Amino acid sequence: MTTPPLLALDSIEVVYDGIVAALHGVTLEVPAGGIVALLGANGAGKSTTLKAASGLLAAERGKVVAGSVSFRGAPVRARGPVQLVREGLVQVLEGRHCFPHLTVEENLATGAFARRPSASDLRQSIERVLERFPRLRERRRAAAGHLSGGEQQMLALGRALIARPTLVLLDEPSMGLAPKVVEEMFTLVRTLHETEGMSFLLAEQNAAAALAVANTAYVLENGRVVAGGTVADIRARVDVRDLYLGGTGTGRTRFRARSEAPPPAT
Amino acid sequence: MSFFLEVLIGGLLAGVMYSMVAIGFVLIYKASGVFNFAQGAMVLFAALTFVSITERGVPFALALVITLAAMFALAIAVERAVLRPLVNAPPLSLFLATLGLAYVLEGLAQTVWGTQVHGLDLGISDAPIGAGAVSVSRFDLFAAATAASLVGGLGALFRWTRAGVALRAVADDPLAAIAVGIDLRRLWAIVWGAAGVVALVAGLLWGARVGVQFSLSLVVLKALPVLIIGGFSSIAGAIAGGLVVGASEKLAEVYVGPLVNGGIETWFPYVLALGFLLVKPAGLFGERSIERV
Ligand SMILES: Nc1ncnc2c1ncn2[C@@H]1O[C@H](COP(=O)(O)OP(=O)(O)OP(=O)(O)O)[C@@H](O)[C@H]1O
Ligand SMILES: [Mg+2]
Repeated sequence: MTTPPLLALDSIEVVYDGIVAALHGVTLEVPAGGIVALLGANGAGKSTTLKAASGLLAAERGKVVAGSVSFRGAPVRARGPVQLVREGLVQVLEGRHCFPHLTVEENLATGAFARRPSASDLRQSIERVLERFPRLRERRRAAAGHLSGGEQQMLALGRALIARPTLVLLDEPSMGLAPKVVEEMFTLVRTLHETEGMSFLLAEQNAAAALAVANTAYVLENGRVVAGGTVADIRARVDVRDLYLGGTGTGRTRFRARSEAPPPAT
Repeated sequence: MSFFLEVLIGGLLAGVMYSMVAIGFVLIYKASGVFNFAQGAMVLFAALTFVSITERGVPFALALVITLAAMFALAIAVERAVLRPLVNAPPLSLFLATLGLAYVLEGLAQTVWGTQVHGLDLGISDAPIGAGAVSVSRFDLFAAATAASLVGGLGALFRWTRAGVALRAVADDPLAAIAVGIDLRRLWAIVWGAAGVVALVAGLLWGARVGVQFSLSLVVLKALPVLIIGGFSSIAGAIAGGLVVGASEKLAEVYVGPLVNGGIETWFPYVLALGFLLVKPAGLFGERSIERV
């Protein structure tokens, strides 16, 4: 018997506003200690998938109407975002979403509130995150709204790290960033994975960058998983290469909608 | 000159009270983006509860504690019964909910405690005390000092505590606040509790002046221009707005009033607020959005 996955989505269907169907039976899992890439074009349903896992759907008037989501073997349904953060599941939203009028330090502090740290614990946690991000340390008293895009992305990740997560749901960390900063972000993901054993579910349109750090990957299209497997498998798929990896193949065929078996848990 | 000063000071003293009431609104506005129409009803509810139990022989201090407890219980009940079910509803639904809450509270208070006007004596005389040629009422001074300490206390509380940081975070970006694990329910209970304390203090101070009666719930109408002038989402703005409204309405009453047969005080703040809407729609201290280019 293998250990259960850290996060498992089983044929979930998501509807917004009671009518707009965004996901049609998405099944995927993140093994403990895994980095999983979730690829797909605009509107494919990547963000929706992450929000279904973190309990943020309700705040967007979305709902998981079928299937199940479980974190550490128990359904997330009854837990709510605050409880999930406490248990180590944190989402970094697409577009960073730093608190613009709060200072860098205050932004970081908010990430720790859920676990109710003592004052000294909070101070130390902030220091530890600042050690990872020297540029944030320089600007620790600046309002987050005045940081550059790259700095804000660092801050958003730092704010998640301060909650001491076991699984981070990272939504398009590369969005709008210079290639060098993107590289820095993904290097950091790899470091956190190797040194802290942190797991990641990484939604990305920048497939090349995401596949460079991931172990397994899924491809979403129109709310369905159209491919899933190890990174090597995904790279080998001609159709995926054409659509998402900047391949030069001529066959620009769309994926046929079909469900894929999840990759074998290793 | 001393007459001018006297009017100005009287206005500022009244203004501190407006500031205090406005802070109750600002806290709730920051936490849930809604103008809490029930704030005035909470003032009435608090004052009526307090006088009714003192009239039944409960000593002052104990009555204060009981009423405070009632206001906190109310805060928790509101969070459970009104806010939680409406968690992701649009702001208009929330506003209508506070409107409904206002009627429920007014009705409840008057059903339980009756509709007659109650006198309330806080034991502070209205005798004038003076410095040089300027004199002000002892009671007004006491009321303003009480309101100022409450304003200062709440300001400090929401400036430097975690609840304060959380409150500003929610005001900035509610979705991100949920994502990082800020407990919105707890925060709502805290701000409604604080609004309850404000309501109680305002109810007692105003109640002692004009009697505890239905008209207390109309402070909500006084707060609106204060909020427009100061900015809905700023505690500093509520303080400044209250002082501006207090001072200007009294000065206008005294100096402009006679030209138009008086009665200016009741509507002047609205005219002023209208002016501000045209010139500075976000209010004196309204949050500027930080735009990077
Ligand atoms: N709050 C919402 N209300 C209604 N529909 C929504 C909402 N959020 C997303 N959708 C719809 O759900 C579908 C999936 O959107 P989602 O944001 O998950 O895609 P995505 O893969 O993250 O896209 P992108 O790469 O542009 O971020 C889209 O059709 C979108 O229009
Ligand atoms: Mg997205």
